[in-house]
Amino acid sequence: MVTFQFVPYHDMENLSSAKRVNKLLKIVKDERIVLMEGRLKKQEEVDLIEITMEEISPKFKGIELSVIYPDKSKQDPLQKIKGVFANVLLGDRTGMTIIGPASVVKKIEQNPDKIELFTKESRSTKRYRKKRK
Amino acid sequence: MKAFFSKLLKKLKFNPFSKRSHLKIGLYGPPNGGKSTLANRICIDWLGEEMSSTSHIAHETREINVKEQVTLKNKKGKELTFSLVDTPGIATRIDYEDFLKRGMKKVEAKKRAKEATKGVIDSIKWLDNMDAVVVVLDSTKDPYSQVNITIIGNLQARDIPVLIGANKVDLKRSNIDVIEAAFPQYEVVGFSAKYGKKIEDFYDQLFKLVK
Repeated sequence: MVTFQFVPYHDMENLSSAKRVNKLLKIVKDERIVLMEGRLKKQEEVDLIEITMEEISPKFKGIELSVIYPDKSKQDPLQKIKGVFANVLLGDRTGMTIIGPASVVKKIEQNPDKIELFTKESRSTKRYRKKRK
Repeated sequence: MKAFFSKLLKKLKFNPFSKRSHLKIGLYGPPNGGKSTLANRICIDWLGEEMSSTSHIAHETREINVKEQVTLKNKKGKELTFSLVDTPGIATRIDYEDFLKRGMKKVEAKKRAKEATKGVIDSIKWLDNMDAVVVVLDSTKDPYSQVNITIIGNLQARDIPVLIGANKVDLKRSNIDVIEAAFPQYEVVGFSAKYGKKIEDFYDQLFKLVK
């Protein structure tokens, strides 16, 4: 069985960078796949990789990470203005971050239109597809 | 405060404490992209000696290797002197059992995995020291990996100039178009570090990167 845990934006917005990374890593180390609303900051993504490496052990073999984020260059000016207002009022909730433990997630393949998550759960590889809006 | 002034001076392209000859150019990327092969190619072409050991098994480079005073000369006779920094591949997972599958003994595999994790941490820490970075990707593989996106996004956030090197163009499955489509805002140059194919194009782009 594969367990997904949704992490809403409001659970993360008031946390410091270190606490955000640790919270996500704690879920992953419990062998659950994180579905986080929004994305980490660029430095936090690097911190996540760094802390993951520090915690690698025979039990914990790392993570698989993927971020779905819309291509803002394809938005028209009105959409961009709406996006800026929404970000100011509600925070940047755009996109979704998926983080899975390497012991469960074999790999996450990503291209602009979809992501494919391959698990190690059963002998036949399972695929979960999520279409990008 | 120090970081703020450092970033400001970098933006203004003015640093009173550094000389052009102290440029550091880093080779970054995922494991087995060909960073050390490229480092060797540069050193053989311009210094007449190899720099790093290479292998088909991932995480062969587990320590930062620096070659000081590498001087390139372009067709116009202009010189570019820099320190070449070959870094361990950045990964989000390291499993010693993967090394067992490649024929290593358990003790050796566990040691390699431990060193590889430290190598990734060192690579990340060294990002701050770089003046320019060549992200070396295997052009036969899917470039849309989060590691690639994270490395390049982070370099962009730090205002470090980036050149994407699409290595292994000698192989049939090589596809530079996919890399260009994945990172349209960056210059992508294709070459084969192993055989030296199109390596002159890479050197030309390196001059443009740090001009």
